[in-house]
Amino acid sequence: MSRAIAMTDSPPAAPPAPARRRSPLAAILRHPGAVLGLVILAGAIGAALLAPVLYPASPWRMVQRPFIPPFTLDRVPLGTDALGRDIAAGLMHGAGVSLLVGLVSTLAALLIGVPLGALAGYLGGRVDDALMRFTELFQTVPSFALAIVLVAILQPSLGSMILAIALVSWPPVTRLVRGEVLSLRSREYVQAAVVTGQTTFTILRREVLPNTLSPIVVLASLMVATAILLESSLSFLGLGDPNRMSWGFMVGAGRTVIRQAWWITAFPGLAILLTVLALNLIGEGLNDALNPRLSRER
Amino acid sequence: MDQALTPPGVAVAVRDLRLALPHGGDRPNAVDGVSFDLLAGEILCLVGESGSGKSMCAHALMGLLPKAVTVAGGSIRLGQTDLLAQDAAGWRDTRGRRIAMVFQEPMTALNPLMRIGDQMAEMFEAHGLLTPRERRARAVALAREVGLPDPEGIVRAYPHQLSGGQRQRAMIAMALALEPAILVADEPTTALDVTTQAQILKLIRDLQRRRNMAVLFITHDFGVVTDIADRVLVLRQGRVVEEGPAAAVLGAPREAYTQALLAAVPAMNPPARPAPDGPKTIEVAGLSKTYVTGGGWWRAPRTVAAARDVSFALRRGETLGLVGESGSGKSSVARLVMRLIEPDLGTVRLGDTDLTRLNGEGLRQARSRIQMVFQDPFASLNPRRTVGQIITDGPVAHGVSRFDAMERAVRLLALVGLDARALERFPHEFSGGQRQRIGIARALALEPEVLVADEAVSALDVSVQAQVLTLLEDLKARFGLSMLFITHDLRVAAQICDRIAVMRRGEIVELKTAAELFANPEHPYTRDLLAAVPGRARDAA
Repeated sequence: MSRAIAMTDSPPAAPPAPARRRSPLAAILRHPGAVLGLVILAGAIGAALLAPVLYPASPWRMVQRPFIPPFTLDRVPLGTDALGRDIAAGLMHGAGVSLLVGLVSTLAALLIGVPLGALAGYLGGRVDDALMRFTELFQTVPSFALAIVLVAILQPSLGSMILAIALVSWPPVTRLVRGEVLSLRSREYVQAAVVTGQTTFTILRREVLPNTLSPIVVLASLMVATAILLESSLSFLGLGDPNRMSWGFMVGAGRTVIRQAWWITAFPGLAILLTVLALNLIGEGLNDALNPRLSRER
Repeated sequence: MDQALTPPGVAVAVRDLRLALPHGGDRPNAVDGVSFDLLAGEILCLVGESGSGKSMCAHALMGLLPKAVTVAGGSIRLGQTDLLAQDAAGWRDTRGRRIAMVFQEPMTALNPLMRIGDQMAEMFEAHGLLTPRERRARAVALAREVGLPDPEGIVRAYPHQLSGGQRQRAMIAMALALEPAILVADEPTTALDVTTQAQILKLIRDLQRRRNMAVLFITHDFGVVTDIADRVLVLRQGRVVEEGPAAAVLGAPREAYTQALLAAVPAMNPPARPAPDGPKTIEVAGLSKTYVTGGGWWRAPRTVAAARDVSFALRRGETLGLVGESGSGKSSVARLVMRLIEPDLGTVRLGDTDLTRLNGEGLRQARSRIQMVFQDPFASLNPRRTVGQIITDGPVAHGVSRFDAMERAVRLLALVGLDARALERFPHEFSGGQRQRIGIARALALEPEVLVADEAVSALDVSVQAQVLTLLEDLKARFGLSMLFITHDLRVAAQICDRIAVMRRGEIVELKTAAELFANPEHPYTRDLLAAVPGRARDAA
């Protein structure tokens, strides 16, 4: 025993200086674009939360004459649309729908994509072939067209929209996770888990998936942005939930009068643009923070 | 003031070189006050363990320091110029023309999409020399000079069509293109097999003599130093420990650190060992595995035999070495034995169970009897799990409670020479040698009968390597383990193995006790391998 202890190559009592790992949060806060994105996103979330307080009435209610330009009446600061509905109220209520659809559909897409990708990458062989062909089936169909068909079949509602968006946006997740798992599978620590007799499920859960987390988080942040765009596009075509005000619907409703009343489409359009931009900036910041080897500062 | 000119006969004068690491590193300076003269027509070896700053010195000479490392002081004089004071244009002119460099990894140092000859011609192009026609002619001449076969043809080849040794020859040809007075070689043979390494070392030596160049040779391998150095500079943590003629430093080192380093280099003569006479724990018979890659409608698939009819037996308490060059199939055999890959043919019997017949749950249960220690101490531990979890995951998977497994883990850590506090920490907080100890503790946690060590000490510095080898030997004796020890390093094999099997192209060409193999090798390939081991001169002395 004494011999074994005498062989230590450095005294264990003096731990080596822990490698300085900046916490991901601190790293994001050093990224000016990401901070801007977080601020905009916080604004959008704030609007969604405050909507029922500031505008307790339905955003569909007509409050004034139609076509009031913005910044002319204090009661309707952003003007009114073709039916006299308050645009500011619509924007705030729409924020909630956009964010909810973006977030929930992304989560649902991850729930489909991550397990499929992990199984395909880890088991390989025929399972991989079958799952990948299945994924390609979805990838070859134009996603927006598929989403339209799904919503049309299921009847437009918040739930059907979320389902449709999730069903068209999981294939990239599967591809990403499969690629990551393929490279992780041959890592020595995964092989070590195999030879110590751990079950496949445990290995995937403990050894493989946690190490695919950073690219998944980055992809997810960008998927939320895409989902918001999809939701807007569906609503623009009138396939949104008829009971919920949404940005896409507002743009669609105002498009026929865009030359007389630019503000009806411009404000919700700007809201979509800013939110998507914010999420992309956050995604980029996350990428730099979580995948430091790929970031440009090195 | 410093004299402006380097004295005659001195190619490069490095004075009091200090390179600062970014804050938060393990020490403030990567290189701290290093001074040396590189004389014209000599090979100076910079030797040191990982982190000694030897590569930093080489990169400073080429102006290729990483962005985070800054020059904190000192000078590097080449003729009339202080290299550290010159601007980017000055560096561009210096590189290639006055100082050239050969890198460690010839595959990544060559552009995979450019023909070899074009890459050589690029050297002239970058410095605006010669016409395109002359450049091509020079490329062929260079290829001939570095001993590439079929120079006219090979300049039209892409890097992936060349072997590792040929690529390194092409790199050397590029470095020599503009006839620099100084060649910096940063571990140029570390990625190569021993037989190839011997050829490349000879080539560098010959070229250096023929062209009367000064060569700064960076290496961690004292065998290589013995074979090539005129003078030796030993570095430790960024400082010079000892400097002098090769014969003096290697033959009669003055400093304790150099003595310790040299003592840690395993000797080529296997110590006498009692013949193990225990029962057979593992029996491998007729193991075969062929990889088939590529192939399509019009192309024949490429087949590689990773194992061809491999058979051996391992007794209780015995260590069998599998040695061979890269691609010889030794690691494949280890993985076949572990059932990490499936054999095409053959059986692996562990006691009275046939491992190759088991599947699913039965295989998972049987796995605890045979465990593996991996090569790369950085890749073999999951960065997101604590050491305690890493060690106890195996026993827990076999039904031991986490609490009992943790208790056992504490004992195991003590056994491999680590403190119990390591349990709560993550792998990145440990050095390479400590990580390898954790890997060994993980393997032992399942109380296996057989330990398979796949290049388990290859990634470690010599001094740490010696400690880990002693530990393995000690544990083997204590638990009566059988060990299958895979290595490319014949010196290591000589020290730890009872018997050694030499592999080539998936076949065992010779299998004998270590003492016999080194005393009278029969197979010509074994003889080649033994002859190519660097530093044999020092063993003979």
